Amino acid sequence: MSNRLRHFRQTLTAAALAAALAAPLALTVPGVAVAQERGGTMNIIVQPEPPILVLALNQQGPTQTVAGKIYQGLLTFGFDLKPQPELAESWEVSPDGKVYTFKLVKNAKWHDGKPFTAHDVVFSTSKLLMETHPRARATFSKCEKIEALDDHTVQFTLKEPFGPFLQAFEVSSAPMMPKHIYDGTDYKANPANATPIGTGPFKFKEWNKGSYIHLVRNDEYWKAGKPYLDDIYFRVIPDAASRAVAVEQGTVQQTQFNDIETFDVPRLKGLPNVEMTTKGYEFFAPLSWIEINTRNKPLDDKRFRQAMMHAIDRKFIRDKIWFGLGRPATGPVNSVTRFFEPNVRKYDFDPKKAEALLEEAGYKKGADGTRAKVRLLVMPYGETWTRLGEYVKQAMKRVGVDVTLETTDAAGWVNRVSNWDYDLSFNFVYQYGDPALGVTRTYVSDNIRKGVMFSNTMGYSNPEVDKLFAQAAQTNKDEERQQLYSAAQKILVEDVPVAWLLEMEFPTFVDKRFKNAVTTAIGVNESYDSVYMVKK
Amino acid sequence: MTAAAITPSRKGAGFWGAFARNKGAVIGLAFLTLIVLMAAFADVLYPDSPWDMTAMPFQPPLSDDALLGSDTLGRDIAAGIAHGARVSLLIGLTSTAVAVLIGVFLGAVSGFYGGRVDDLVMRFTELFQTIPNFVLAVVLVAIFTPSLTSIVLAIAIVSWPPLARLARGEFMSLRSREFVHAAVTTGQSNMTIIWRQILPNSLSPIIVSASLMVATAILLESSLSFLGLGDPNLMSWGYMVGAARTVIRQAWWMSFFPGIAILLTVLALNLVGEGLNDALNPKLARKGRS
Repeated sequence: MSNRLRHFRQTLTAAALAAALAAPLALTVPGVAVAQERGGTMNIIVQPEPPILVLALNQQGPTQTVAGKIYQGLLTFGFDLKPQPELAESWEVSPDGKVYTFKLVKNAKWHDGKPFTAHDVVFSTSKLLMETHPRARATFSKCEKIEALDDHTVQFTLKEPFGPFLQAFEVSSAPMMPKHIYDGTDYKANPANATPIGTGPFKFKEWNKGSYIHLVRNDEYWKAGKPYLDDIYFRVIPDAASRAVAVEQGTVQQTQFNDIETFDVPRLKGLPNVEMTTKGYEFFAPLSWIEINTRNKPLDDKRFRQAMMHAIDRKFIRDKIWFGLGRPATGPVNSVTRFFEPNVRKYDFDPKKAEALLEEAGYKKGADGTRAKVRLLVMPYGETWTRLGEYVKQAMKRVGVDVTLETTDAAGWVNRVSNWDYDLSFNFVYQYGDPALGVTRTYVSDNIRKGVMFSNTMGYSNPEVDKLFAQAAQTNKDEERQQLYSAAQKILVEDVPVAWLLEMEFPTFVDKRFKNAVTTAIGVNESYDSVYMVKK
Repeated sequence: MTAAAITPSRKGAGFWGAFARNKGAVIGLAFLTLIVLMAAFADVLYPDSPWDMTAMPFQPPLSDDALLGSDTLGRDIAAGIAHGARVSLLIGLTSTAVAVLIGVFLGAVSGFYGGRVDDLVMRFTELFQTIPNFVLAVVLVAIFTPSLTSIVLAIAIVSWPPLARLARGEFMSLRSREFVHAAVTTGQSNMTIIWRQILPNSLSPIIVSASLMVATAILLESSLSFLGLGDPNLMSWGYMVGAARTVIRQAWWMSFFPGIAILLTVLALNLVGEGLNDALNPKLARKGRS
């Protein structure tokens, strides 16, 4: 009886509270319907389990997602890839594009209570990351000097202007590390690596290997009143089918990247308890393509490669193989990143045009209807890529090109592609928010390096493209860069060094009770200091 | 019953009589004939390549353009089953033939000569018997990259040991029989005795186990293809089940029909094998039944 009474009282209180909260908020904050309340636990899938949580030492996808809540960078990036303040509250760039000055927030503290200062930034960028982080090393080695002007001002002086310099301050590109813990130690062997210490809204609590990682609210967080959540559990679920079931049953409240297989996406999209978004991957913006070894006949002929673009139905690939995820690609730059050029030669799906191009190139039909034979090394990244291989084989057969499929394991694939022992293969790479970081490397001739994966493995070489990419990286005037990159994209799309397929999208499933999960271009790797739970 | 069983070795009517007495075997044989016909006339029934995307993807069975439905890319399941029959039978028969060659040769040598040779060959055979069949086949195909040849060889290499042991036993027991002694006394060479005297008399059990081995080989091939270790340019039943497994909740028919095809073929082969056993080894069969 007393139970029922208590329950009744609770319901009353809740109703009263809800009314009290909702009324003033609805008046004061138009557009925000619900209060951003404290409290709540979020369970997020992490897959595969990260090897370590210190972001400066390991930048694999899962590490970024977990450690993004613990560590922070100076900047973060909106969906439009424009920089937004994080640990730097403001910044200035000198007119010649060589000097960058950052004003840091003054009240940020490390999880052990020590203040975060400009000296930590100088230590992280000039010492620690130079040793442990290949991408950061490539950027910060362009600096002539990095110095702390006072406790909350840092200045970077570059040897020459570098267009995408600000992009380097995103959290996974340059996580800020505590100088007082790491300076003078062996970074990789530091015992503090087991209990990561950052400035982020969540603190490391416990790691039960093979099961979960538990982060708890940082009560001393430098943004007043934040974060809203009490804690976050990252759940390790290695089996794809179990992950889908965990979403269906509501035992996890978020999945990201490749957690859910493409064929499960249409089913989970229909669930009442979750919402799906493909936003929040703009900083990574992967682009997939058919890798073409331009050294081999008949692939050395531009017209043959153009014919491939016409012969393959990218919309079919998106709809039937990727179950609707992604956008048909039109060129080397993903349209959600910076400096995309839409006015390039268009390759609509048209087998007749493909055949005309093949005729023109001198590949006539033989007695058996075959014009040419090529091999296709299927990327061993799972079912979806196998289906793609089968589709490409049939699509090319329709225009008279006989494709023989070859299979291999992951190591064999890397080995054969990087040593140029292939005709056709598949590939996709991240673009990191700027062509100079994620696009240039694929097409410039000084990146033709045997044995190096994700370099210019096609052997494509065009001095004009080389020149345009080099010039575009060495200026920080956006208009000028746009012109140079547009010119480069037009040439590339005409030359077809690779046959672009899809601007890939990843599905993020978030429980409908949790708000603000995906707000920036780094999406699920964001700090989650503004994520809150709506209680029913 | 007893009269029939006493004179089984007279071939011809006796063989068919014994075979036909096993109803299951007759049904199995009828079904097997159907499958062979389907394989033989696959190009007539479905002239297009089974990889061609002829229908809309995800068509359920009994659609206008796809009798048994279409798969995720719009390929006709029925065409896949007809063309897949070729691959399954081809791999089943050739790999068994290779396994019989290896097994009978080693078993014959081992059983005929005995002693050191026997020891050596049997230890070698045991080496293969201790490694699980399927695991070894997976490793072999993975190493030699999946292709028709590598799959046939891998299946043959994992299937010959039981045949070698069987042939060895037969040869050992026949080796001490009078007609062999007689052949030795008349000065026939060892090769002639093995080939002309003993082998014809030990064929019955070998044929029976070979017929069952075809079924095992088809299952092995299907399992390899299911795991994505099939020849990527050949449509096979195992591949169809493997590729459709991911969408089984949305489209049951994509894995169901090829699965049924595998089940029925393997069952038919087993029934035929049992019938052959009844017909060729009546004593063994009776022992098993009573």
